[in-house]
Amino acid sequence: MFDVVVVGAGPGGSITAKTCAENGLNVLLVEKRQEIGVPVRCAEGISKSALERFVEPKKFFISREVVGAKIYAPDGTEITLSEERAGNEVGYVLERKVFDRYLAKLASNAGAEVLVKTTAYAFERKDGIVRVKLRRMGEEWEVETKIVVGADGVESRVAKAFGIDTTLKPNELESCVQYLMTNIDFDPDYCHFWLGKSIAPGGYIWLFPKKVGANVGIGVMPSLAKRSPKEYLDDFVSERFPNGRIVELVAGAVPVCGEIESAVADNLMLVGDAARHADPITGGGIANAMKAGYYAGKVAVEAVKRGDFSKNFLKRYDKLWKDDFGKDLARKRKLQQKLIKMDDETLNKIFRSIPKNIKELSVRAIVLEIFKKHPKLLWDIKDLIL
Amino acid sequence: MPRKVAVVNRYRCAYCGACVSVCKFNANELIETFLQIYEDRCNGCGMCVKVCPMNALEVIECST
Ligand SMILES: Cc1cc2nc3c(=O)[nH]c(=O)nc-3n(C[C@H](O)[C@H](O)[C@H](O)COP(=O)(O)OP(=O)(O)OC[C@H]3O[C@@H](n4cnc5c(N)ncnc54)[C@H](O)[C@@H]3O)c2cc1C
Ligand code: SF4
Ligand code: SF4
Repeated sequence: MFDVVVVGAGPGGSITAKTCAENGLNVLLVEKRQEIGVPVRCAEGISKSALERFVEPKKFFISREVVGAKIYAPDGTEITLSEERAGNEVGYVLERKVFDRYLAKLASNAGAEVLVKTTAYAFERKDGIVRVKLRRMGEEWEVETKIVVGADGVESRVAKAFGIDTTLKPNELESCVQYLMTNIDFDPDYCHFWLGKSIAPGGYIWLFPKKVGANVGIGVMPSLAKRSPKEYLDDFVSERFPNGRIVELVAGAVPVCGEIESAVADNLMLVGDAARHADPITGGGIANAMKAGYYAGKVAVEAVKRGDFSKNFLKRYDKLWKDDFGKDLARKRKLQQKLIKMDDETLNKIFRSIPKNIKELSVRAIVLEIFKKHPKLLWDIKDLIL
Repeated sequence: MPRKVAVVNRYRCAYCGACVSVCKFNANELIETFLQIYEDRCNGCGMCVKVCPMNALEVIECST
């Protein structure tokens, strides 16, 4: 019998498996894709501190380093944030095809068993343990485990199998398309973000530099978008980068519903996108997935030691992720609800009113400045930011 | 009686999972490398169509 079966070898699942295995647990990590990390569903940005908390940065999985972020209002007004102040997604641009495999390798080196092209498709709880049904290339079999960790991404079905309803509504996700583009002109020292209802309703367009070319992508909120994200992105690209070449296409979805009530059930913990851990403002989810994986791993170790896999015991995991970033998710969801209502003219006004001579441009400093000039605009959201 | 179900255009689908994340009825799943719709569970609500980034889904009337 396994101590832990981890479903999904994204960053969340691999860090969970690694943490469990390092602490002596008997771990199985299953991934339904035949190649870990492919197809990519990510713009690949992560801040240096968020990455370095869990893995030593290696040249072979870092595609590019940037020094900050440039954010553009609909009329083109630009603000620049330094790397430390730009949030969890700016600093390194990863090569996730390599990064995700590297994390799985760390889990495997620590002693976890890894199976690819293997789907966990059903779960049966009985006598305090779980029988997990697995399928690989048409062959089906069962394994037993004390704990299941659902790290199965935005398309999670593990949650539902254990009675947690994480179904998203059209105003709780970003529908995304991204091109890897070459033959385009941009400042490669920055990640770039374009805001505005007309450009990307309920989301934004990004450009993240890579070693060759850049990830140019869009997320829109389906409840607000009149067309598919691909159509909005194609308009932007043909206007801005008419000579650009598209050498890769990525589609994806990011959960932006904010903090869920609980990510545990008897014998189960949910990690990363499966637990809707992505940031409701930026859509970044790698950092939180790794943090959650680490906490879930730690709690699994304690649970096995005590022989207690009940929801009640596993609630310790809820406490850990909520204390770390749960409140931030809740606050950002509220802020997102306000931001998506702003029209383009208001955004322009806000961007234009940010004095060019602010020395330390941080989100907080910007908000304070705007607040001085347009108290009415921000009265609504001041509690959320300050 | 005709009923409504979602169908996927496999040539457009980019295997992203957006549709699965919004289906209340467990009527779709990303299998190893393709999207499967379980017609017996699908009620044609169209939620998945709305969120698909690739315009790969539509709801059709099906006679069986
Ligand atoms: C277009 C786009 C751009 C993004 N850009 C960024 C960014 O720049 N920075 C950032 O931090 N985040 C970004 N994100 C979000 C980020 O990609 C996710 O938050 C992150 O990958 C979540 O990690 P995870 O481990 O929770 O899930 P995933 O990485 O999605 O991994 C889940 C894994 O589980 C597997 N799986 C699912 N079901 C089963 C099953 N039944 N059996 C076996 N295996 C299964 C899947 O195949 C998958 O490999 C972006 C997302 C999108 C869509
Ligand atoms: S949302 Fe569209 S592109 Fe994504 S898996 Fe479903 S059908 Fe395919
Ligand atoms: S139409 Fe509704 S029930 Fe059918 S697959 Fe789409 S979301 Fe699920």
